[in-house]
Amino acid sequence: MRSEILFVIIGMSMVTQLPRIIPLVVLTRMSLPPLVVRWLKHIPVAVLSALLFPSLLLSDGRLSLSLDNTALLAAIPCMVIAAKTKNLFLTVLTGIIISALLQLVWY
Amino acid sequence: MKKNVIKGLKTALPIALGYLPLGMAFGILAAQQGLTALDVFFLSLLVYAGSAQFIASAMLASGAAAAAIILTTFLVNLRHLLMSASLAPFLKHISSPVLAWISMGITDETYAAGYPAASAGKASPAFYLGLNGLSHFSWIFSTVFGCLLRSRIPNPEKWGLDFALPAMFIALLFIQLKNKKDILVALAAGVLSAALAFVMRDNFNIIAATVAAAFIGVCIEK
Repeated sequence: MRSEILFVIIGMSMVTQLPRIIPLVVLTRMSLPPLVVRWLKHIPVAVLSALLFPSLLLSDGRLSLSLDNTALLAAIPCMVIAAKTKNLFLTVLTGIIISALLQLVWY
Repeated sequence: MKKNVIKGLKTALPIALGYLPLGMAFGILAAQQGLTALDVFFLSLLVYAGSAQFIASAMLASGAAAAAIILTTFLVNLRHLLMSASLAPFLKHISSPVLAWISMGITDETYAAGYPAASAGKASPAFYLGLNGLSHFSWIFSTVFGCLLRSRIPNPEKWGLDFALPAMFIALLFIQLKNKKDILVALAAGVLSAALAFVMRDNFNIIAATVAAAFIGVCIEK
């Protein structure tokens, strides 16, 4: 293994692990103001949606709302399944199958 | 103890299955960009962050400076800071060394899938052993496996595999949506994040949109 890559991986590990570790370890040892706790409770919904929307709406840094955008098309049945079943595995399976079918039809 | 480990494993199962196509896609790509199976193993073991690994392997291939790769990784993964902080109110009963170990298993998926148990006060170290253990194992296994497969699967997107990640986000988001206010917060975060993507780099749009939308959530609570 090249030492340069090992150095990069160790550096990446440190900058990834410290933001994971520090808030949980430090904030559990203090009592947070109620306003902050209320704000923190909205983080799960907000961060997931913030991750999701760009992956559906943008392609190569541009807004893509056409029928060529298979991710956006596949997302619709996925959302129906997710809302109805609340099942992670079924939703991912539906997504992969529909996305594969769309690729097959389109290209 | 045993019951909680099993509960964690059950929570992790769909994540572990979702990581298979995703991890294989990364492994194949990394191999094509010149990384060895050992490189991929250490990346998945020590960094354990999908999007950062995709970006870093592309940067390594293009000969980017080590400092640039590490800085980009830091920015791309900074959202974990918010996730880690949001778990704090529920895990006060767990000792610091164990919390440090639990937090190293935080990914978008394990965080979102484990959050309901944590907020209900039902998350123990044993639960996280099952949840994080199986998820991390699946990530390491599938990325290294993909790397060893190399060019035998030339176009992962042809098989719909590139949609595994958005599909996982959709499922995890809909599991968290409990009322109209949640839907408003989700819409605000999503639209903001997509709009800010045009002016912000390195996933900063995700952090800014999350911070702002959670604040909107606080404002509309009453």
